[in-house]
Amino acid sequence: MTVLQPVLSVRNLVKHFPVRGRGLLRRRVSDVHAVCDVSFDLYPHETLGLVGESGCGKTTTARVLLNLQPATAGHIRYQGTELTSLPRKAMQRLRRELQIVFQDPYAALDPRLPANEIIAEPLRIHGLYSPSASDSIASDSCGRDKVRELLALVGLKPEHGNRFPHEFSGGQRQRIGIARALALRPKVLILDEPVSALDVSVQAGVLNLLADLQAQLGLSYLFVSHDLSVVRHVADRIAVMYLGRIVETGTSDELFSAPAHPYTQALISAIPLPDPRKERARERIILTGDVPNPANPPSGCRFRTRCPLFTAQLTDPQRHRCTTEIPPLTDHGHGHPAACHYADLPSLSAVRALREREGR
Amino acid sequence: MTAMGDAVLEVADLRVEFRTDEGRAQAVRGVNYQLHRGEVLGIVGESGSGKSVASMAVMGLLPGSARVFGSVRFGGRSGGTELLGASDSEFSRVRGQGISMIFQDPMSSLNPVYTVGYQIAEAIRAHHDVSRAAARKQAMELLEAVSIPNPTERVDNYPHELSGGMRQRVVIAIAMANRPEVIIADEPTTALDVTVQAQILEALRTAKVQTGAAMLLITHDLGVIAGQADRVLVMYAGRVVEAGTVEEIFYTPRMPYTLGLLGSQPRLDERRTRLHPISGVPPSVIDLPSGCPFAPRCPLAAPVCEAEEPPLAATGSNGHLSACHFSDQLAGLEPGDLFRPLSRDTAS
Repeated sequence: MTVLQPVLSVRNLVKHFPVRGRGLLRRRVSDVHAVCDVSFDLYPHETLGLVGESGCGKTTTARVLLNLQPATAGHIRYQGTELTSLPRKAMQRLRRELQIVFQDPYAALDPRLPANEIIAEPLRIHGLYSPSASDSIASDSCGRDKVRELLALVGLKPEHGNRFPHEFSGGQRQRIGIARALALRPKVLILDEPVSALDVSVQAGVLNLLADLQAQLGLSYLFVSHDLSVVRHVADRIAVMYLGRIVETGTSDELFSAPAHPYTQALISAIPLPDPRKERARERIILTGDVPNPANPPSGCRFRTRCPLFTAQLTDPQRHRCTTEIPPLTDHGHGHPAACHYADLPSLSAVRALREREGR
Repeated sequence: MTAMGDAVLEVADLRVEFRTDEGRAQAVRGVNYQLHRGEVLGIVGESGSGKSVASMAVMGLLPGSARVFGSVRFGGRSGGTELLGASDSEFSRVRGQGISMIFQDPMSSLNPVYTVGYQIAEAIRAHHDVSRAAARKQAMELLEAVSIPNPTERVDNYPHELSGGMRQRVVIAIAMANRPEVIIADEPTTALDVTVQAQILEALRTAKVQTGAAMLLITHDLGVIAGQADRVLVMYAGRVVEAGTVEEIFYTPRMPYTLGLLGSQPRLDERRTRLHPISGVPPSVIDLPSGCPFAPRCPLAAPVCEAEEPPLAATGSNGHLSACHFSDQLAGLEPGDLFRPLSRDTAS
C-alpha cells in the first residue's frame, strides 16, 4: 500500500499587509499579520474545513493559495510543484486545476454576461472553447454542449443559459459560480464561504450539490467558513484559525467530540443549536472582549487576552509562559494537535462540573 | 386593565403594501399576534418573508411609500394606544419609553459624531427630567449592565472607537434606558461573529430581566430562536404560517415549510447526514401564486392548495396554529419523510 500524497501542501505560510503612514512618503509603519505560520495538507477527495471568525485570516489564506495575493513567506506545493515562486504563465496554466468559488454570488458574476458566457469564459481564457465544437473525445476544445452539460451538472436548466445573473436567485447564482469553477475540470476547489449569503432552505441544496460533485468528480475541497455547523456537516478534517494562526486541527469527529483548545471549546459552545431542550440545557463558555488588532497581536499565545483558562485557572508562572512563548501545534493527548500550552489541563466545563459537585 | 388582558402589544390584521414599478408588493398580508408581558416572542423567516417589515410597521418606521392597514395596539402603563396612524408626537412618547428597538446594524443606529455616553443620556433625558450629570451616571450604569469593560472610560468613546459587538451593546443599553415595556430586536446578532453573538444574547437577556420588558425577537437563525424564545411565529410570503410554543414549533411542527426549514439546517450536534432542502425559492411578493404561497415548493401540495389559501387555524394542542390544509397529516413526521435530499433541483 502506498502512502497517500497530499494534493496541496502548505508549509509555514505567512502573509503580511503593510500599514502605511499618512505622510507624503507613506512609509510602512507596521504590518497586519493576516496569516502567520500556517501549515496544512489537503488530500485527494477530502474536504478540509478552515474555520474561524472574521479577521482570522481564513479568506486571505485561500487567496494566497491561488496566488491571487503573493505570500510573504512559506511554501505552497501543488502535486509537487512549488506555487509561491512560479512564473505568471505557469501559474495561469495551473489555475486549470485549482479553482475558487467566491462568497458573494451577486458580486462574483459579471452582470452583463449571460450565464452561458460566464461559464464559457474560463474555457475561452485557456483556449479551449470554440462554440461549434462538439464534445468529441478527439478534440481538446469544447463548445456549447460542454456549457449545457455544466449547467445540468449544477442543477440548472440548460435552456436558462441565455439569462443574465439578475434573472437568477441567489442560490442559482452560486450554482453558476460553481459551474464556472468546474469548467476546467479542476482537481482542487477552494470554496470561500460558498453558502454564507444564502437562506437556509436554499443553502441546503447547494451543500448537497457540493457533496454530490465531490463524489462524482473526485474533487478536493478547501472549505472556508465561519459557520461551524456547516463545516461540521461538510468537512472530513477541520483547521480552526484564530488571529492568523491555526490553533487546532483534527478530524471533524475528534474536534467536535474532544475540542482541546480553549478557543475551539468556546466557539463550539457559542453556536446555538436548533433544538430548544438541548440548547437550554447546554453549558456555555462566554468569551470576554473582542479579537485583538492583527497589526499588533498579543505576544506569546494570541488567544490569551480572551482565554478563560488564562484568566480563571492558570497560576502566574503558567501565565508567564502564555505571554512569552508561542504555543506550538502539538498533541496533548487528545489524538490531534492543538496550539495551547495547557490543553492537557481538564477542560473548563469539567472543572466547573467538579466545583459544582464539591459545592453541593 | 383593558380587554387586551396581559398583552402589551396586540397586532391585528396588519397589512403592508408598497407600490413599485412592477406592481403592488404585498410585503405583509394579515399578521395577527399578541405579545404578552414578560415573554419572548420569536419571529422566524427567510429573506423577504415580511418579518422585518411587519416590525417596522409596528414602530411606525416605514417610509411614506408604504401603505399600512390593520391595527397595532400598545397596552402600556397609560392604557391602550392605537399606534397605526398615530401622530408624530404620540409616537415619540411611545418610542424609547414604551417600546424600544434594536436593529441589525449598530453603526446605523448610533450617531457617529456624539459619544456613546451622550447618546445614552440623550435617550434618558428625552423622556425624563434629569440633570446631565445624573443621566451620565445612569449611562455608565447601563454600560456596566451590558458588560462593557471600563464603563467610566468607554462612556466618552465615539462609536467608531468601539468594536461591532460593543456598539451593539451600546444600542442595547439605549434600548434599556427608559425601562420600556416592549423591546423589539430585529436580527440583533446577524452581523456578528458567534463568540460575540453569545455575548450579545447574554446582554439581551440582562436587558429583559432588568427592565421586565416583553421582547419581540426577529431572526432567521433557528438556533437563536430555540435558545431565546418562549413562543414562535414562522413567517412565509408575508403571513404567519405557523404559531406555537418553541417546543411545538421545533418538536411537532405542523406546517410543511417549518419542517423544511428544520430539515435544511446543518446541525452541530449531529454527524453528517444528508440535508433535506426545500425545492424552489420563495415567491415574489409582487406576483403571489393563488392559494397557498408555499404550494409550489410543497411536497404535499394538492389541487385544494392552489385553489384556496389555508387560514391560520388550530391544530394539535391548543394555541398551536398552522396554515396548512393537511396539518393533521403532519403529526409525527420528520423532515426526511416529506422532503427528498435533492441537490439538483432545477428551480432553486
